[in-house]
Amino acid sequence: MRKSNMNISLPGLELKNPVMPASGCFSFGQEFSEFYDLNALGAIMIKATTLEERMGNSTPRVAETASGMLNAIGLQNPGLEHILNHELKFLGQFETPIIANVAGNTIEDYVEVARQLSKSPVVKALELNISCPNVKEGGIQFGTDAEVAKELTRRVKEVSEVPVYVKLSPNVTSIVEMAEAVAEYADGITMINTLVGMRLDNFGKPILANLTGGLSGPAIKPVAINMVYQVRKALPKIPIIAMGGIATVEDIIDFISVGADAVAIGTMNFTDPMICPKLIKELDEYLIKNNIAHLSDLKGRVFKN
Amino acid sequence: MNYILEVLSQEMIADNIYKMSIKDSDDNFIKKELKSPGQFVHVRVGDTTEHVLRRPISISEIDKDHRFFTIVYRAEGAGTKVMAKLKAGDYIDCLVPLGNGYTVEALEHVLIVGGGIGVPPLLELVKQFNAAGVKTTHVIGFRSKKDVFYEKEFNTYGKTYVVTEDGSYGHKGFVTHVLEALDMNEYDKFYACGPKVMLSVLDSTLPMPGYISLEERMGCGFGACYACVCQKSDGSQVKLCTDGPVFEKGEILL
Repeated sequence: MRKSNMNISLPGLELKNPVMPASGCFSFGQEFSEFYDLNALGAIMIKATTLEERMGNSTPRVAETASGMLNAIGLQNPGLEHILNHELKFLGQFETPIIANVAGNTIEDYVEVARQLSKSPVVKALELNISCPNVKEGGIQFGTDAEVAKELTRRVKEVSEVPVYVKLSPNVTSIVEMAEAVAEYADGITMINTLVGMRLDNFGKPILANLTGGLSGPAIKPVAINMVYQVRKALPKIPIIAMGGIATVEDIIDFISVGADAVAIGTMNFTDPMICPKLIKELDEYLIKNNIAHLSDLKGRVFKN
Repeated sequence: MNYILEVLSQEMIADNIYKMSIKDSDDNFIKKELKSPGQFVHVRVGDTTEHVLRRPISISEIDKDHRFFTIVYRAEGAGTKVMAKLKAGDYIDCLVPLGNGYTVEALEHVLIVGGGIGVPPLLELVKQFNAAGVKTTHVIGFRSKKDVFYEKEFNTYGKTYVVTEDGSYGHKGFVTHVLEALDMNEYDKFYACGPKVMLSVLDSTLPMPGYISLEERMGCGFGACYACVCQKSDGSQVKLCTDGPVFEKGEILL
């Protein structure tokens, strides 16, 4: 077997490649396992888990926008107990490391969900969801106040048996300030979540029942690239898993170039269910063709002379 | 189930209503995977990232012998307008077949009710009912004369009532106006597809058992995104794409 040109070690995660589906765009893997072997993936970020089952928002929940989409699903999930007993059992048959996304209404909710999920042998890391724009409670209010985010991260770190990553919201005045606050306790950062947006119908009314939704897809890539760049500049060491509109190998290379360690694919999983294995294969071909010994050789090259 | 398929033909059959015939996959998915009338195809618009969401469109006809299927859709939004430009020989990226369709049961006489762009999937259903020796009566409604399509096709299979809201063609009013004049004792079951408001009326007023096909904005089309959920009468929730789009009368809160 030839030496890997794209494996990477991050806290809690030994990734054979840096490509993983982003939380919320992959459910708990089962549907995509009908399309391909999930062992091909670097990791899987599963859909947010809350303490109790959530039924989500009213429909319509999605609307297309130019090179993107708005969603307001509302963190629908079957709840912690069900996920521990069913979804994670299913995922246990794969070697692929699982990153479990944690959400809640209160700090106590986050702590309890994190405590129990982190005990699962399948879960190799947690991703704190403090950036969902689509729920009244248990999302973004934890992600827009640096002190609150820091305290939440500290409390979750106290109980988690696996490394904790924090998913940052772009809907803030200074993402660097947020990153610096959570970095005191977090093992890593994932960024960015969706940007709050609205689309109207022909009658001048919002399409989404929730009125607003999170904008994702290729449209947000330049925003994400800049934010990863800013955070990497401020925090040269912290592991970053970057996402925001990735659709091609060139997009992956761009995120690595501004300092990301690994990347996640979101919206494009809906456009093309085979996108993840396709990009993993194309990334390998790209590195070979361009005589790049290892993907990490490109990391942060934007900062080099 | 993800296929790049060849467009065989495309034509406009009513005002902004397009009919596209699409060739079977090389490995014959029509024979291997297509199960029932009412299943749908999730069509990718173009091959760029301009349109990130696929368009769910129900299959209107299946030709197993000549190995193609057809879809009928309204070119109303930006995505479907791009689709409408496809010509014979072009290729189209399809997730197909998706969802659960209607079951063709051994009955005597069934009532078929369609409204607007909900009419197409009922044609294949009617074809299969007739092939199975089941008599079908059809009531199809449209906004206006320019919107009417498939009248001839339905006529070949049974008595067909065409209704337009403005009365510019056929009966004036809504499909329910024609239904009021029919004897419901003649039909074992009804099968409907169309606007939610029409389905809601049929669901609550028709006396016999029946099936309705719903639509909703979708993300993925295969159960992963939770965009197209709907509430069941028992309080639980289903995904329209994988649990539907066809449901039994009374099953869904409309």
